[in-house]
Amino acid sequence: MSAPSSSALLEADHLVKEFAVAGTGGLIARPETFRAVDDVSLRVEAGETVALVGESGSGKSTTARLVARLIDATSGSVRFDGHDVTTLNGRDLHDFRSEVQVVFQDPFSSLNPRHTVERIITAPLRYQGRKPPGGSRAFTQNLMERVGLDPMQWERFPAQFSGGQAQRIGIARALAVAPRLVICDEAVSALDVSVQAQVINLLRRLQAEEGFSYLFIAHDLAVVRQIATRVAVMSAGRIVEEGDRDAVFDNPQHEYTRALLSAVPRIRPEWETARRERAAERAALAAQSIER
Amino acid sequence: MNGPAQNLLEVSDLTVSFPTATGHTDVVSHLDLTLEKGGALGIVGESGSGKSLTSLAIMGLLPGKARRSGSIRFAGDELTTMSESALRRVRGDRIAMIFQDPLSSLNPYYTVGAQIQEAYRSHRKGVSRRQARQVSIEAMERVHIKDAARRVDDYPHQFSGGMRQRVMIAMALSTEPELLIADEPTTALDVTVQAQILELLEEIRRETGSGLILITHDLAVVSEITDHIVVMRYGECVERGPVEAVFSDPQHAYTRDLLDAVPRIDDDIAALRTPGRAGEAT
Repeated sequence: MSAPSSSALLEADHLVKEFAVAGTGGLIARPETFRAVDDVSLRVEAGETVALVGESGSGKSTTARLVARLIDATSGSVRFDGHDVTTLNGRDLHDFRSEVQVVFQDPFSSLNPRHTVERIITAPLRYQGRKPPGGSRAFTQNLMERVGLDPMQWERFPAQFSGGQAQRIGIARALAVAPRLVICDEAVSALDVSVQAQVINLLRRLQAEEGFSYLFIAHDLAVVRQIATRVAVMSAGRIVEEGDRDAVFDNPQHEYTRALLSAVPRIRPEWETARRERAAERAALAAQSIER
Repeated sequence: MNGPAQNLLEVSDLTVSFPTATGHTDVVSHLDLTLEKGGALGIVGESGSGKSLTSLAIMGLLPGKARRSGSIRFAGDELTTMSESALRRVRGDRIAMIFQDPLSSLNPYYTVGAQIQEAYRSHRKGVSRRQARQVSIEAMERVHIKDAARRVDDYPHQFSGGMRQRVMIAMALSTEPELLIADEPTTALDVTVQAQILELLEEIRRETGSGLILITHDLAVVSEITDHIVVMRYGECVERGPVEAVFSDPQHAYTRDLLDAVPRIDDDIAALRTPGRAGEAT
């Protein structure tokens, strides 16, 4: 069953994931299951960014892991580029891994501390038995440059980088296989605000250059607003609302989405307006003094 | 005793340093802070700004190797020269503190009630177990934990993250402190739970008249519940003032950069403006 039914790059259909949990009642306990993902359907088109948002325990990360085939679904299917990838294994799963890559939240725990940047970045290719085009060193340096790292630092270890730089290494590693879908699982959540802004800009620029799609898993709605084209809101394992970014943010339909949006702390709009006016005045003054 | 006596906390010229291979490094340098009675002060900064060490310095809880200098006056009393026993009567009693991760601050082997009671009885000698239990139930009710009389006998793992933070706040409030220092109290919490905890902190301040120092990296959070803020970077205060003034007319370039870098939920910015430092190209 691999007849392409649509143009979607990724199509998840009625995904369910159940985990076994310890039941109460000791030795005679009947096995119980917890349904972390409950009938989730999701589409990601080529070149777009779909954000999956929700609070802890909503099932958003489990959904991401199902889609990336890092874990197996209890039921439902995942189609990539028209092909059913739900039960891929062996060689076919290898091929799928060159199409879909993941960037994780904690850059340090997802990078091997004993490996150099070069070894980390070229690992996905070596894992697939492919040679880095143009040689390992040049390939690494080219990728480092594209993610805003100093290409001369290819020989360094993760601990020699800041959190923001380490996350750039993680992004470079994901891009090494030229994937068509990059899954970002809370990829900017652990970063300081100024570094976070730089990494968001980097993610947007890379997408504009390469044309790949993002599945962006995040709990921070303000970050999502900056990067998503479409948004799906998850709660208790289900998608409760899904739509174009501005429609969801400006006109939320589901009660849970409204509660989530209204809970986000905000800087008062009148302060924001005043600050922008002052900044514009300063810019105008600076321009005048340059003219003179 | 007029002017200064109005202030609940006055920190002046606070410097905290750690020994290094070549001498000492200041992690907080020459910091001044003022908190009026019943006021709410926000200390904001990115990681490494020294904001958390500032709160530990005020509490006298710095790690052994750290050196502290300067003056910390609380309700007119100098804390830096106070004896350890006198300090114990202030710390956890008149000044209480809550941290980011409630789970690591609670002992998994004891019921939450036992822990609140222990905290309370360590400051109120001669209080009976029964009285302390009653105080802990009342404190839990004050932070809106439903069915407090029953939940007082539950263990930390039986509470959700938000409820555990309420337990920590209940513990902090049991002695009716004049000052509550909250270090990233909502950073580990979901956004809807964060909103509830922030509302609770405001309500407590309104009802008890206690002062609040909120330490956070989140500018939107400080803008909502504090009235004065201090912006820190590399251990120094770069800007301070009433919250409205700092947010609507930031004077220091770093504050401006920081405010520019905050992603906004109500509007999408073509490209997030980021501090333009050399070597950090995007």
